[in-house]
Amino acid sequence: MNGHGANYRYVSRKRRTKEDGRFITGSGRFAADVAVPGMKHVALVASPHPRANILNIDASAALASPGVHAVLTGDALAAETAPLFNGLDIPNVKWFPLAVGMTRYAGEWVAAVVADSRYLAEDAAELVAVEYEALPAAVEIESLLEPDSPLVHPGHGSNVLLRKTFEWGPVEADFAAAEQTLTYRARWGRSSTVPIETFGVVSRWDPVREILDVWASIQMPNYQEQIASALGIPTNWVRVHNDVDVGGSYGVKRGIKHTVIVGHLARKLGMPVRLVEDRLDNMSGGDAHGPDRLFDVTLAFDDDGTIRSMKLRAIDDVGAYPGRGPLQLGKPITALVGPYRLSSVAYEAISVTSNKTGQVPVRGFGQSPTNFMIETGIDLVARRLGIDRIELRRRNLIQSDQFPWRIPTGTEYDSGDYHAVLEKALDLADYDALVARRDAAREAGRLAGIGIATCLEPGGGNNIFEQLLNEKLTVTTFVESCLMRVDMHGHVTAVMSTTTSGQGHETLIATIAGEELERDPDTIRVTHADSLEALPTRSPVASRMAIVLGSATSEAARRIRAKMVRIAAHDLGAAEDLVEYQDGTFFVRGEPARKLSWEEVAAIAHRQFHRLPPGMEPCLQEFSVLQVPGASGQLPNEKKEIQLYPCFSFQAHVPYVEIDPGTGKVELLDYAIGHDCGTVINPDIVRGMIVGGLAHGIGAALYEKFAYDADGQFLAGSFVDYLLPSAHEIPIVRDVEHCTPSPRTSLGQKGSGEGGYLGAPAAVASAVNDALAPLGISLSELPMRLCDIEAAIHAKRTERTG
Amino acid sequence: MKAAEFDYVRADSVAAASAALAAAGPGEEHRIIAGGQTLVPLMAMRLARPTLLVDIDGIDGLDGIEASDDAVAIGAMTRQRTAELSPTVRDRLPLLAKALGFVGHLQTRNRGTVGGSLAHGDPAAEIPLVAVALDAELEAEGRAGRRTYPAAAFFEAPMATAIAADECLVEARFPAWNGARIGTGFQEVASRKGDFAIVAAAAQLALDGGGRCARIAAALGGVAPIPVRIPALEDALSGSRLEDGEIEAALGSVEAAIEPDDDLHATAAYRGRVARVLLGRAIREARAEALA
Amino acid sequence: MTREIALTVNGRERRASAMPRMTLVDFLRDALALTGTHIGCEHGVCGACSILLDGVAVRSCLIFAVQADGHEVTTVEGLAGPGGGIGDLQDAFWECHAMQCGYCTPGMLVAGHALLAENPEPATEDIREAISGNLCRCTGYTQIVEAIALCAAKRRGEDGR
Repeated sequence: MNGHGANYRYVSRKRRTKEDGRFITGSGRFAADVAVPGMKHVALVASPHPRANILNIDASAALASPGVHAVLTGDALAAETAPLFNGLDIPNVKWFPLAVGMTRYAGEWVAAVVADSRYLAEDAAELVAVEYEALPAAVEIESLLEPDSPLVHPGHGSNVLLRKTFEWGPVEADFAAAEQTLTYRARWGRSSTVPIETFGVVSRWDPVREILDVWASIQMPNYQEQIASALGIPTNWVRVHNDVDVGGSYGVKRGIKHTVIVGHLARKLGMPVRLVEDRLDNMSGGDAHGPDRLFDVTLAFDDDGTIRSMKLRAIDDVGAYPGRGPLQLGKPITALVGPYRLSSVAYEAISVTSNKTGQVPVRGFGQSPTNFMIETGIDLVARRLGIDRIELRRRNLIQSDQFPWRIPTGTEYDSGDYHAVLEKALDLADYDALVARRDAAREAGRLAGIGIATCLEPGGGNNIFEQLLNEKLTVTTFVESCLMRVDMHGHVTAVMSTTTSGQGHETLIATIAGEELERDPDTIRVTHADSLEALPTRSPVASRMAIVLGSATSEAARRIRAKMVRIAAHDLGAAEDLVEYQDGTFFVRGEPARKLSWEEVAAIAHRQFHRLPPGMEPCLQEFSVLQVPGASGQLPNEKKEIQLYPCFSFQAHVPYVEIDPGTGKVELLDYAIGHDCGTVINPDIVRGMIVGGLAHGIGAALYEKFAYDADGQFLAGSFVDYLLPSAHEIPIVRDVEHCTPSPRTSLGQKGSGEGGYLGAPAAVASAVNDALAPLGISLSELPMRLCDIEAAIHAKRTERTG
Repeated sequence: MKAAEFDYVRADSVAAASAALAAAGPGEEHRIIAGGQTLVPLMAMRLARPTLLVDIDGIDGLDGIEASDDAVAIGAMTRQRTAELSPTVRDRLPLLAKALGFVGHLQTRNRGTVGGSLAHGDPAAEIPLVAVALDAELEAEGRAGRRTYPAAAFFEAPMATAIAADECLVEARFPAWNGARIGTGFQEVASRKGDFAIVAAAAQLALDGGGRCARIAAALGGVAPIPVRIPALEDALSGSRLEDGEIEAALGSVEAAIEPDDDLHATAAYRGRVARVLLGRAIREARAEALA
Repeated sequence: MTREIALTVNGRERRASAMPRMTLVDFLRDALALTGTHIGCEHGVCGACSILLDGVAVRSCLIFAVQADGHEVTTVEGLAGPGGGIGDLQDAFWECHAMQCGYCTPGMLVAGHALLAENPEPATEDIREAISGNLCRCTGYTQIVEAIALCAAKRRGEDGR
């Protein structure tokens, strides 16, 4: 329990989760498990062309196919719905769930077929005759900046959707003062989170009650509001069932277009309608693709390794329909200089549209590519100066006594001890022995390398960064809520207001509530209110639930506890400040015989108004609706400075790889990670997220890519082509924890759901480059596929011998 | 991803299966399903659309592993996992035993069959590669009776074999080499273990009493439309002492024997270079085993 | 063209009709309402639909229900321990928190169950090999490997921790 400031009874203790019991017995209830009587099934007609005009759609054969109820086209849907939400200020870029007039990527949905079963719907989908006029596509990322690039959205007039420049701090002065500069490029390949469950949604319309029920595999803010806006109905007609288990998301389970399709069809047809993506739907046309980024960077530094400043241009290919995706250029502003003491930074953020599947939010919301870009630069500076990579980091990391530390963009990091975490990771890796192992492998003629990455995980969320990219977005609240009840028997129920996709929120709430109320978390029930009964929520994005929901849980529990103390004091005839609560008993300090049990106080609160303090509301129910803790709640100032995320977790990654020079195959033989996410609520959950995120990052570093050919054809539409790492590719990971509590949260907790992913790609790339360093090779494009690595080795050897 | 409609019949004899295959009318496609581990995904994506599936799982006598003096016969319905664990295969066909460990994953090997993999004819699959390397004889039965295809004549193009439309593969006979100093080598590179090979190399060799290579078979998968032998290399190394330099020199004949292609996972140039590397390793692995 | 299919599922005789093209996983989920077995890819890569067919771990998306006619199927719902409580492997998964979202978990349990039936003392590498056909996107596999090892140790009478 290293570094933990408090001696908790439940928090930070090894305890079984509340959720796992239903999953191990196969009794989880996922979207595809929801069977609404009479429900019909949707299959989709997808465009085979990256870019084409739709000349005609003939659905007559499909409509005559057995069991078919309807064929919905883009024109018909667009006539009765509003376009979907775009995060950027691009009024002439319209996004509808089904293509209207033109298809803009291979796999775009052109029509939806409704039938008695998915089998019959797929039969009929094949019969929908679509006449296309194929057009040349806009594909390669830098070409999208050119004025003669084929226009994805002709109405917008350009493929550039956003181009903003920022300068924070004395950039030019820092560059002028620096002894050296180094310019490099880093390329983050198009990959994503790819949960094993695809997106699924079932919708039922009740015209009498005017309720649109939605059961969905969802993880996004404002889902109910976006459904209502697109369908043109009041938000309080939409009931989203948040108790549906979500089979993984890590950001991508948005499903807004799917939901608009089934919601519209359910109302139109008067039948419940379900759309569960199959894997092909999911990979090509669903909410599958993440950031696809090209960074051009110049670092300014001194001969001793002190890094002063950075000039950065990021081009992000957001695909055909931008949605919220491009805002992923904004969030990393909260940690744009990483854990290092740069005094200034210039940032040019460019978002371009292309004839590829639209980008959706992915774990970290742009931070993982950004961290990869930063760490690549740190390693390059070390190589240039001949300074050890670890030593260079030690010289530039913010020191533990410098917190809170304000970075040039205006965010103040809450707390941390980066040097300590790095030392712990190196100790765990047995760094000297690891170096000896690497050197021995090199002696024996193998390519071996150690990776180093020291990365931040901003947590807590806050959408003020949106305003930096789109001045029309002025939302400064980003709340989460908890409602807590103690019933007349003293049993505790807590209500959360959103879905869970594996993060263990029920365990989080029960553990914190148990800690605050001194009740066994196993006895605390946690429910997921539907959206009509829910308290305000912004969903479990941004590593925010421990931070905001956790703090809201503490607050609600503290209010319950305070009320119970008042009731006990009144009933015991003692002054309130003399009554203490401990282990289920309220008693007068120094007079332990004057006491009431938890159950007695609960019974008084519910049943015996005459024993309550005058003027007190009966019963025990409290709630907290919490704004992001530590947020200013203001818009950015005129220098575009603003406190964005509140909490900053930190990881130090130390992987070890060996590379087969003959095949380019990378083997990850060891992986040590030190991490600090403040107070850990449940150690098994945190460890699972760290290691799981790390595995996800290994995929992004070495295996996963949504590849396109030069004409825009999509090449990676199945699990045979898009390669998720298996147990063979992921090493057994060893982790060590450190704790610097956050001063901004109820128990010092920070976020942990993204951290592994935010550092692993950088760390694995660093290890590969360390292995290739003796050959004079440095790669900076992800994923580093085996054929790319082998080709680089081959080219170097040919160059030497030839 | 639901298969198009089809009809289904369980055959209780090879003759019945053959008759069912032969009964396909115009526009119909009748196909055998054995383990289905490759066929079913193709059907799910509607890349294969048989109108009738003939299930041969219930036919007596189609599975089993039998060794004779100079060969091991493996029934077509023998599960890959059964063959992998078979002491007979390990003993007499160590090259096949090594290769089977690379075929898919446990759950697909539990269900997938030796005959199914051969009949499917994927150019990167391991079992066809071993069949070509060892000159296996593939026995099929149709209305006209039994016919034996040498492996070299069985595979024609990616996913295409010489088997006739009414024929059912019933057995694969892999020659078993006898003698004291035999070694095998199997090398493969795939992006992930269990994936189809990007390149796979198989080698089996025998040394004579003087330590010279008395016999060698060398083949590559994933680098041509079908698995290929490298006869020039075999000729060059036969009678040699299999010194590293001799092996390196002989590998020079690989390039002319292969026609690699680009795909999503690797370039043609990569496949060409790696084919040499892996075949060299396979031969050295076999040499070490033979010397042990 | 539907067929009557009779098979034993988790020890019970079950009968239902299905088109020949219905996969076994769709049959289990839709015809028999056994939704514990999940669909991840429908092309035989992810392993989420793993079940035991005649005691052997297979992917139920790669088998048509008609092929399973007359056979025995065990799904996650049938992995309970003696007396119907949680089985020891399930308990070990809970103890180690060998999951997050729970979607791949039924398939992982089936893979682990099959491994331990064949190899009561699996080394870490054996466990990794046994689950390598089952993709998990949440855990990075470490806690799953630990859970299977814990169960094996407990069956051998060791405390495993």
